[in-house]
Amino acid sequence: MDLEAEFERTVAAEHRVEPRDWMPDGYRKTLIRQIAQHAHSEIIGMQPEGNWISRAPSLRRKAILLAKVQDEAGHGLYLYAATETLGADRGDLTEYLISGRQKYSSIFNYPTLSYADVGTIGWLVDGAAICNQVPLCRTSYGPYARAMIRICKEESFHQRQGYELLMTMMRGTDAQRAMVQESVDRFWWPSLMMFGPPDSESANTEQSMAWRIKRNTNDELRQKFVDMTVPQAEKLGVTLPDPALKWNEERGHHDFGQPDWDEFWQVVKGNGPTNAQRVAHRRKAHEDGEWVRAAAAAHAAKRSADARAIGQSA
Amino acid sequence: MSFDNAYESLIDHEDTHWAFGTGFSEALPGVDREVPSTVDAPDLFAYCLMLGDDALVLSQRLAEWCSRAPELEEDVALANIALDLLGQARLLLTRAGEVEGAGRDEDALAYLRDEREFRNVHLAEIECGPLAGGDFATTMARLLVFSSWKIAQYSRLRTFDDPVVAAVAAKGLKELAYHRDHAAQWVVRLGDGTPESHERMRAGVRRVWPYLDELFTAHAVELRLGVDSAAFRAEVDGVLDAVFAAARLERPEPVPAARVNGRAGRDGVHTEAMGYLLAEMQHVHRSLPGATW
Ligand SMILES: [Fe+2]
Ligand SMILES: [Fe+2]
Repeated sequence: MDLEAEFERTVAAEHRVEPRDWMPDGYRKTLIRQIAQHAHSEIIGMQPEGNWISRAPSLRRKAILLAKVQDEAGHGLYLYAATETLGADRGDLTEYLISGRQKYSSIFNYPTLSYADVGTIGWLVDGAAICNQVPLCRTSYGPYARAMIRICKEESFHQRQGYELLMTMMRGTDAQRAMVQESVDRFWWPSLMMFGPPDSESANTEQSMAWRIKRNTNDELRQKFVDMTVPQAEKLGVTLPDPALKWNEERGHHDFGQPDWDEFWQVVKGNGPTNAQRVAHRRKAHEDGEWVRAAAAAHAAKRSADARAIGQSA
Repeated sequence: MSFDNAYESLIDHEDTHWAFGTGFSEALPGVDREVPSTVDAPDLFAYCLMLGDDALVLSQRLAEWCSRAPELEEDVALANIALDLLGQARLLLTRAGEVEGAGRDEDALAYLRDEREFRNVHLAEIECGPLAGGDFATTMARLLVFSSWKIAQYSRLRTFDDPVVAAVAAKGLKELAYHRDHAAQWVVRLGDGTPESHERMRAGVRRVWPYLDELFTAHAVELRLGVDSAAFRAEVDGVLDAVFAAARLERPEPVPAARVNGRAGRDGVHTEAMGYLLAEMQHVHRSLPGATW
């Protein structure tokens, strides 16, 4: 029996691959890398918004924001657990993150500079994440697809909360409206970059599409995001900072300008506004917690030794 | 798949119930919000501030751990506890505003009072990590002491004359039981774990120890309302002794911090850390007067 042919048939038939099934090494490695980077993004993504928890301007907003950042930690946990079903080790993956060997979504290398950014991130960044992730609910690897279903539900909740914050601010004072516009101006282009480089420059797409790990190209998803966001921006009363943005009747889609891809690559390569800070923050938390994890392990070992001793004397 | 519409459906949802709602008067359904005639309103207002500020200020401190915890599970757990306390604070401050009757809501009370008007105990406000002033062990020492003390307090408040405070206490007790259990487990793990963790746990208990005495010193308002916090001491001591024994920790000698001309947190006299905590918490709210959030 040809395992590889069996695997290809499973994937082509849109059936799920489960942890105990045979899979090609390349598929396993690609998946571990993709899921780990997604997990890292959730964890690093806690920082830009976590930056505003202590200063949230109302107690209700503080509760919403704290709950959201907590959700992101939960997303990271499910995803690391999904990598473990493929034989990866969470400790190793954390090491890759804090040593810079593995990447996370570049959007989190932009700073959050006002409370409106909390809303903008919910609306645009969680929104772009949803566009990227909804197709992954049907991805070929079972544990990943199931994690994504749960995550997408929560991301869409985050997006609505973000949009509702911006709506509320737009109904407030002139200073609040200006704060929202300024925030959207800063986050619009980086949000478009979240879909990755143009298809013409994207290396991994073809094989990942065949394996049903990826389901749409970067440019397709980017177009979808722009088409969805334009009416929301109108309803909100903000201007998207792209003079080339307009409806194209013939295509049935919006035309739009290109982000600054040089800036994108600069950020991806580690020289974004906060790359060093984000990784250092994660590294410090991990290293400061080392003695706690060691103590928990030592205590658990003593407990199980005690339990064995009790078992023997019984 | 239905999630394909998650994004498109955004515009159609004008309702806000999914985001906690804005008013908190419906948060305790069926509870009578009339101020009972048996209670002195100014005293009840002051007491709601004391209880609300304890919860709000500790919540603010615990949220500092978010993205800084020793493991992801702990980021989730500490955020949970901070959220529980924030929920209690919102109910209590909302109640304080109602009882006062001057039109102040939870946010007016949280963001527009100055330091001297805050009535929380010092234990809630001191720095116990992750920033300067402590570490994870200190945080767990504080949480163990605080939640054990709050449980003793809320247990008595279940039969308090004000039905709103009584309802908050009844609901809060279940949350606090989890907080205390979480803290106790960590105190035991760290006390028992490695020589380093034992030493840190011992230091953490010593760091919070001077703030215990204030917890059992009743303020005049509390005494008039019939809540004598001195009576909580034996119960709290019992819990701490049991946890310390399991953690192989010795109970430190009492070292009560001196008060300032006889006054402390319940009188609005705080530690130096409090001004910074409030400056950070209140800054955005105050810098945009008239804004709606
Ligand atoms: Fe997430
Ligand atoms: Fe999210």
